[in-house]
Amino acid sequence: MSNLRVFFIGGYLAYRALFNWIHWSIYVPTMLGSPIFQILFFAYVGRFAGLQDDAFFVVGNAVQVACMAGVYGMALTIGGERWTQTLSPLLATPANRFALFMGRALPNFVNGLIVSTFGFLVGWALLDFDPPLSSLPGLALCVLISAASCTALGMVVGSIGLRSRDVMFLANLVYFLLLLFCGVNVPLDDLPTWMEAIGRALPLTHGIEAAREVAGGAPLSSVSDLLWTEAAIGAVYALVAYGLFRYFESAGRRRASLETI
Amino acid sequence: MKSARLVWAGWKFHVKSLTLSGFFLLTSAIQPVIFASIAFFMFKAGAREGTLLYVSLGAGLMGIWSATLFASGGAIQWQRWQGTLELSIASPAPFLLVLLPMTLASATIGLYSLTGTLLWGRLLFGVPFEVEQPLVFLAAVPATVIGLGLLGLVMASTFILWRNANALSNLLEYPIWLVTGLLVPISLLPGWVAPLAWVLAPTWGVRAIRDAALGTGHPLAAVGMCLALGAAYLAIGSLTVRYFENLARDRATLSLT
Repeated sequence: MSNLRVFFIGGYLAYRALFNWIHWSIYVPTMLGSPIFQILFFAYVGRFAGLQDDAFFVVGNAVQVACMAGVYGMALTIGGERWTQTLSPLLATPANRFALFMGRALPNFVNGLIVSTFGFLVGWALLDFDPPLSSLPGLALCVLISAASCTALGMVVGSIGLRSRDVMFLANLVYFLLLLFCGVNVPLDDLPTWMEAIGRALPLTHGIEAAREVAGGAPLSSVSDLLWTEAAIGAVYALVAYGLFRYFESAGRRRASLETI
Repeated sequence: MKSARLVWAGWKFHVKSLTLSGFFLLTSAIQPVIFASIAFFMFKAGAREGTLLYVSLGAGLMGIWSATLFASGGAIQWQRWQGTLELSIASPAPFLLVLLPMTLASATIGLYSLTGTLLWGRLLFGVPFEVEQPLVFLAAVPATVIGLGLLGLVMASTFILWRNANALSNLLEYPIWLVTGLLVPISLLPGWVAPLAWVLAPTWGVRAIRDAALGTGHPLAAVGMCLALGAAYLAIGSLTVRYFENLARDRATLSLT
């Protein structure tokens, strides 16, 4: 019961307290405004380059913007404990670490779903993107799994924030590298082999690929392998993140560096 | 003379200070190279390889805009966080001369991105860098930096009143990249975008730099437009800085964080 409270209520409170972008005056321009223009920008560059149709860029970017919540949100809600000098009191509590850690992911995951859904709506309203109605449940599943794996990657970033002084630098870098490596705007086949290999080991890549096929009318069963792979990659990142969190916690105690900023 | 010395000293200080900032390293050196790579791959895959120098220059300008935008958005906010905003405003020098070097320095830092994307394109993607009109190119680059820096001044001045002004920076990055034709010709965008693009210095800056490099169009006219817009921004900025400064004093909102 206590663990559930730490998971749900603790996660919610951490989100309210540490997610600096929660106020509408930051949330709207950053989490909703920026994705609109990201999608439009790449769709127009794609048109000029003669690369792919609008749907390719709408799906790629609408799924990728879930990372804004997953990566930046987790960087703020885990790494942010150090800036606010609340990390030591937090780690002095007997709260179950797994519940504490995972609870912080849930609001960011939900936020990622909202941002991604908004991105799809923008693409549908402003660009040449009109997926069949029958594809929407499958598309929703692709977004759900991709947002979860993005959040897992964000957990890794957030955990590194327990040690790194500038976690937002890392969060920004990760966000931009995902744009480059995950086939968001460039088909994976058109990337050099080594970049494609890195992309295949990152969250998003398989989720975006599945979402594109589903939006194009393919049945969900035909992309189940891609979705299972995406989910498995997300699970691996979540495990790595939890391991890093525990490691940095114990290392921070040993070196008395928890509050170093 | 005093004013020129203040702007010069402030510019040097902020250039050094921003050069040591990890965030600006990311914005002006790493991010443009990542975006340039995405654009190179997109244009190569789309069989438009002939436009790679066009892309390289555009991606460089994207970095100059990002650096200007984030520094302008942050210029007031950082001073608030550091508790120096009231001191800067209370100092005998006009606040305009305190703010101006910061926005000019941020645009100058953006030059790293132009250099970085050109080198990146040359070394990794084999993009040839042959400038058709080198002297005009050398004039176009500083004119663009001045134009963007002065546009940053107008933005920074309007941010005095708004405590979350830096959030606008997150919003304004992609739209300006798009409407000023840094990677996509303005003619491909809806017609209503063109008048908007004309009053933005990056439109003329990228045109001047590209025309000088590729030997097309009228680069000197674009340089002139960039500087003329810069003068207009300076006039607007000096009014808005004074107006918003007085308003913030009246409302006692200078130090709000």
